[in-house]
Amino acid sequence: MTDLDVNPEGAHLPLEPRAGHTSRGRLERVLRRGEFAVTAELNPPDSADPQDVYDRAAVFDGWVDAINAVDASGANCHMSSVGICALLTRMGYAVVMQVACRDRNRIAIQGDVLGAAAMGVANVLCLTGDGVQAGDQPGAVPVFDLDSMSLLETVRIMREEQRFLSGRKITSPPHVFIGAAANPFSPPFDFRPLRLAKKIEAGAQFVQTQYCFDVPMFEDYMRRVRDLGLHERCFILVGVGPLASARAARWIRTNVPGIHIPDAVIARLEGAENQRREGKNICVEIIQQCREIAGVAGVHVMAYRQEELVAEIVHETGVLKGRRPWQRLATPGDAMVAERLQAVLSEEAVTPTAAAAEAVAQALEADSPKEPGTPVS
Amino acid sequence: MAGIGFGNWSITAAGRRAKRTSDYQPQHVSVTRRLKKPYTIRLWSVRNARFFEALYEAFADLFLKLHPFWSFVGYERAEAPVKFVERRVKGFLFDCRMCGHCILSSTGMSCPMNCPKRLRNGPCGGVRADGTCEVEPDMPCVWVEAWKGSRAMKGGEAILAVQKPVDHSLRETSAWLRVTAETAAGRTEPRSE
Repeated sequence: MTDLDVNPEGAHLPLEPRAGHTSRGRLERVLRRGEFAVTAELNPPDSADPQDVYDRAAVFDGWVDAINAVDASGANCHMSSVGICALLTRMGYAVVMQVACRDRNRIAIQGDVLGAAAMGVANVLCLTGDGVQAGDQPGAVPVFDLDSMSLLETVRIMREEQRFLSGRKITSPPHVFIGAAANPFSPPFDFRPLRLAKKIEAGAQFVQTQYCFDVPMFEDYMRRVRDLGLHERCFILVGVGPLASARAARWIRTNVPGIHIPDAVIARLEGAENQRREGKNICVEIIQQCREIAGVAGVHVMAYRQEELVAEIVHETGVLKGRRPWQRLATPGDAMVAERLQAVLSEEAVTPTAAAAEAVAQALEADSPKEPGTPVS
Repeated sequence: MAGIGFGNWSITAAGRRAKRTSDYQPQHVSVTRRLKKPYTIRLWSVRNARFFEALYEAFADLFLKLHPFWSFVGYERAEAPVKFVERRVKGFLFDCRMCGHCILSSTGMSCPMNCPKRLRNGPCGGVRADGTCEVEPDMPCVWVEAWKGSRAMKGGEAILAVQKPVDHSLRETSAWLRVTAETAAGRTEPRSE
């Protein structure tokens, strides 16, 4: 019942608080209901035009439960996650605000978390962030004042203990659902599940993993996660995405840190007639395999520069089982605004202000036609 | 390859030969920065983590027994000479960065401040498949080493504790003296070395 996940007063307002829920957002509700959640990553624009953000979000309408606003991913400069979240929450979208420790210290981050929660951001994803060497400005200072773990703990302390790290009181705490990232595909493999346990200890309630292209490897990881009982303490969303071509896959493998793409996947792409379509098919298959793994609560689709494929991918996998995530629909209020706008814009209609202005002008003309500076126009 | 490179070999300003281990070349970084640094001693210390764990326990005991002496001299006055020794000893063995917040016992004797992201709670997701660092591809990941070291240690499970953010106001101070003073004052500081 998706219509329950909207505040009747307005889609941009927080939902009714519920017992056992830490946030007032849609994503937590979907996950706690036990539904297979879908999140997607928005490609942040290199512009100051809000329409760019809205256009990029519109392709996900009705197909995803939350949109990730990335925080200068890959250390490349783009519109900030705070800015994107400000725009999207205004429209009623559920967002996952990513916070990376690379660019801001603890003072800035805690302030941003409060500001985000005030804007209606219900989900915060705590990341360490890629090193500055990975991005377009490798000469920048790497801040890394906190790390992902201490950031998770910081946000949890702010929410649960209603205080800053310094101990100073927060009068109204940020009710956010706290997320973390996990990379099961990077050494030391023995440590990875324990590191997830550590993140949960620090405050993580949901996890989005790095791109999964190697399902058996992910299965091994999940086996250990289940042995530790971690899947019961946090929602695990497996990260997936379509590869555009074999060349792109090779480039990603050598240039983007922490992404593991097996040779078999690249060979399959190379052998395909339409590599882009094959990339999408591989993604669909991976999602279908991963959803069968016990403990997987959802999927996080990162279709970088192929965002328009997300709806197709989600549809083809059938993971939503006929469920329709929230999308912005016209409300009675919108219809009223549209009607008024139309009346204002149409030339025949005489608005009260225009009528009054005309009357004043006529009166003034009659009284003192020669007087300069009369506010006629 | 600018200036001083000779195929796979390069010569540093000091004339020492150093091996280039990967073709990785970040943009705008001087080629001289891409020479393999000797991580030999740091890695040796991690391999002998069990030994250093025992050594430190004995050493911390001794330091605590000296508490009356430190009090007599004054902790503040002892700071400079102790720091002088601590910096050199730990610098030699662990490439210590004098964060003043030593957690070597919790990190398998691999100093987390050598991580380019200064992570204190485990490896980031960027560790390369061969166990080297995302930022410094010639350097074995500090946390891959830490995990190995912790497996050899008696108290290796300490690596699973969540570490607080570093208190940067303690930079360039002696962790040895601070821990001794705090333990002597009856406060326990399980997270410190």
